[in-house]
Amino acid sequence: MTAAVEPEVGRARRRKEDARLITGATRWTDNIRLPGMLHLAVLRSPVAHARITSVDTTEAVRLPGVLEVLTGADLAAEQGSLPCAWPITEDMLAPPAPSIAVDEVNFAGEVVAAVVARTPEEAQDALAAIDVDYEDLPVVLDLTAAVADGADLVHPDLGTNKSATWVFDSAEAGTGGDATAAIAEAEVVVERTFRQQRLIPAFMEPRSVVVDPGPDSATLWSATQVPHILRWMLSAVLGIPEHKLRVIAPDVGGGFGGKLQVTPEEVLTLLVARRLGKPVKWTESRTESMLSGHHGRDQLQRITVAARRDGTVTGLKVDLLADMGAYLRLITPGVPILGAFMYNAIYKFPAYRFTCTNVFTNKVPTDAYRGAGRPEATFAIERIMDELAAELGVDPLELRRRNWIRHDEFPFTTVAGLTYDTGDYEAATARAVELFGYDELRAEQARRRADHDTVQLGIGVSTYTEMCGLAPSRVLGALRYGAGGWEHAAIRVLPTGKVELITGTSPHGQGHVTAWSQIVADRLGVPFEDVEVLHGDTRVAHRGMDSYGSRSLAVGGTAVVLAADKVLAKARTVAAHLMECSPDDVEFTAGTFAVRGTATSMSLGEVVVAAHVAHNLPDGVEPGLDAEATFDPDNFSYPHGTHLCAVEVDTETGRVVIRSYVCVDDVGKVVNPMIVEGQVHGGLAQGIAQALFEEAVHDEGGTLTTATLADYLLPSAVDLPWFTTDRTETPADTNPLGVKGVGEAGTIASTPAVVNAVVDALRHLGVRDVEMPCTPMRVWKALRGGAA
Amino acid sequence: MRITVTVDGVNYSDEVEPRTLLVHHLRDRLGKTGTVVGCDTSNCGACTVHLDGRSVKSCSVLAVQADGRAVTTVEGLADGGELHPVQQAFHENHALQCGFCTPGMIMQAIDLLAEDPDPDEDAVRHGLEGNLCRCTGYQNIVHAVRDAARRLGGTR
Ligand code: FES
Ligand code: FES
Repeated sequence: MTAAVEPEVGRARRRKEDARLITGATRWTDNIRLPGMLHLAVLRSPVAHARITSVDTTEAVRLPGVLEVLTGADLAAEQGSLPCAWPITEDMLAPPAPSIAVDEVNFAGEVVAAVVARTPEEAQDALAAIDVDYEDLPVVLDLTAAVADGADLVHPDLGTNKSATWVFDSAEAGTGGDATAAIAEAEVVVERTFRQQRLIPAFMEPRSVVVDPGPDSATLWSATQVPHILRWMLSAVLGIPEHKLRVIAPDVGGGFGGKLQVTPEEVLTLLVARRLGKPVKWTESRTESMLSGHHGRDQLQRITVAARRDGTVTGLKVDLLADMGAYLRLITPGVPILGAFMYNAIYKFPAYRFTCTNVFTNKVPTDAYRGAGRPEATFAIERIMDELAAELGVDPLELRRRNWIRHDEFPFTTVAGLTYDTGDYEAATARAVELFGYDELRAEQARRRADHDTVQLGIGVSTYTEMCGLAPSRVLGALRYGAGGWEHAAIRVLPTGKVELITGTSPHGQGHVTAWSQIVADRLGVPFEDVEVLHGDTRVAHRGMDSYGSRSLAVGGTAVVLAADKVLAKARTVAAHLMECSPDDVEFTAGTFAVRGTATSMSLGEVVVAAHVAHNLPDGVEPGLDAEATFDPDNFSYPHGTHLCAVEVDTETGRVVIRSYVCVDDVGKVVNPMIVEGQVHGGLAQGIAQALFEEAVHDEGGTLTTATLADYLLPSAVDLPWFTTDRTETPADTNPLGVKGVGEAGTIASTPAVVNAVVDALRHLGVRDVEMPCTPMRVWKALRGGAA
Repeated sequence: MRITVTVDGVNYSDEVEPRTLLVHHLRDRLGKTGTVVGCDTSNCGACTVHLDGRSVKSCSVLAVQADGRAVTTVEGLADGGELHPVQQAFHENHALQCGFCTPGMIMQAIDLLAEDPDPDEDAVRHGLEGNLCRCTGYQNIVHAVRDAARRLGGTR
């Protein structure tokens, strides 16, 4: 064992994960082939709302290679209801959510029958031979119409389309004043309604599930972000004893919240494999993925800001309608609530009221998508701050300066009740302004306006913060979420000094194997290469809460630190015993234990062997140096930053081109700057895509018309600009690494930066808003005063 | 139908159904699971391989069309233990996160560099337009391809 020279944390280590990914030696779920494996395929409803009057499978069961054809009626007794872990209010309405529809379908894409066959082709052929009769029911699609009196109902049994109404009021909570009164008394009031269009997570690896029912206990592989939650929920829903179920997330090709779910197909694959006693695989096509994987966003936001003439904000009110889709999936109802604490953003609002009504429609359920609730909140507040600036005739950055929490005011408890630990909005903004060339671009904008240039320049500002490091378990409990927010790590020190680190996080592109190796290498003074990171298999990583919500490093990485510290504490005791001194006199640096003020020392390797052979341990000390730790944070972490976007808008065609994009993010301490920058890039791409390109569109009958990658416009390399990124750093106080999380920052910040820029380009022409995505058609219409 | 295809230097002779796509032949019959399927409309490029040295989306080619021809997949690029310069450049420039688009991206990048040994940023972006990546925002992929061009000696 040699001592690490340069600290690992902070280095742009190239990723350990890459070796297999760049050579094709990958283990995607769909690569798995087990002896005797059968194939599951599912038939999906072509209609959005209907009673199922009959399902005729007689022909399908006779086809070659077909082992079983199942309907909802066949599985009604065993399939249970798909879980919703977040009943946001005591009286929240939640319809039963079958994996296969039994007598009614509630969205186009819902499973109505399943086939198990020898090959995928035979399964597909059998699907085509199943005959389902539907009796159409009225289709509910529009959010506003859904909550109007006398609206058609998605679930008539519930008597309403409203699932729940959730309210936060700072006056009631004691965290601030009365927002309604503040608005009534205000010198200036700006109110806007923004539409968060429906988005599709569109991870590149389609979902796939393989189940080996085994003779004794079952193994389920899934392209999931949440193997631990999945195991727990599957066992709860299906009554399979949890210890008889092993869940493995092998290589997983992206998730972005879209694989934070317990899906009908996971339930079905498990059920049929157990029924037939044979391994079964299900892999979706891209079209199925778009139709049936949960969607994101889809909210109507009415936001009101009150202010004084000098720009000081005095009150904030938010009224949301949030589209749940037809059912409540894992955290569907909670997504808008995650945004509730973020509308006040970085500003010192003295009064705040938030109301959200969750609404059922005949569409695929919504659920987490990168940022989950927080991008929506950030969009609305950052858009309306620009509107307020325009109303007052001040520069949007100046308006923010007048209202933001100054660096010397941290820690700061906001009107939403969160305590922001650290931050420096001034520093990030100053750096961004400098990199962007803000003043020069404003000058150019003025010139182009004066010249009536057909291509106008717009500058968009977004000074965001987000709550990351999900989450303090007590807070989750107070919000009625059904699980905790802690994370777990275990370290096994092998006799040769190599280290196995077991983490409860479940990476699917984030590079945890590399970053966690860096942390362990530093902490234990072992080489980066000597650390093996194990994850994503409930039999190996037996405790975990998985990866989402920018939590993995802030919470999971901290658990790694705590476990390493326990290893060291024990090693110190053993070393002291062997060197015949007090543990207090032992110093540990770079992998070596030394007796203070003497030449006596032992390497960690020597201590490891001694602990392992246990020939001479202090009384009462168990052999080995293994340790485990669970970290439950006291608070969230609060990354922030300033994003500036310049767009050129062709006023004749409506075309928007991003000319430059600068972001300066403060994500606290950084373990691997290369990985952090990659996360920012990817986040920006998805946030920009919401602003300009992506939208899940349904026709009047509720059919998704953007169900392929030809119709749903994921940005390609030519659609995205060059990003100029930089960082400022105020270490987080809420964890020993000082880290804040970075997975969602780019997505949260960029959408309003882009849309603010588009509106800014056209404001002098009378445009006040352009609905997302800002396609050429929408921009063109906005310019002509039509509906944006 | 019986077809003979050379894949990554190995000769394979198989009976295939006329409807079988090359990508499924590679993955399901030949075990070449390094090549992946990301869509059903030929939009994502995840399945890109080389057919007689030129890139194709293997989901839009029938297995029978590859009869008598040579296919190179991402699994056939490394020379012994030595990575192909484009693979190396993807690694060095952090041009991948989940890595699902990576096999196709690498195969397309090699084809692009064969056409244009020293592409500027714009040329790289256009050359990769048919390959979607949801993770990286493409910037590091552009870096990687330009770096690979240098490694391959394309920069004068
Ligand atoms: S699988 Fe998407 S283009 Fe071939
Ligand atoms: S690296 Fe995940 S899709 Fe490109």
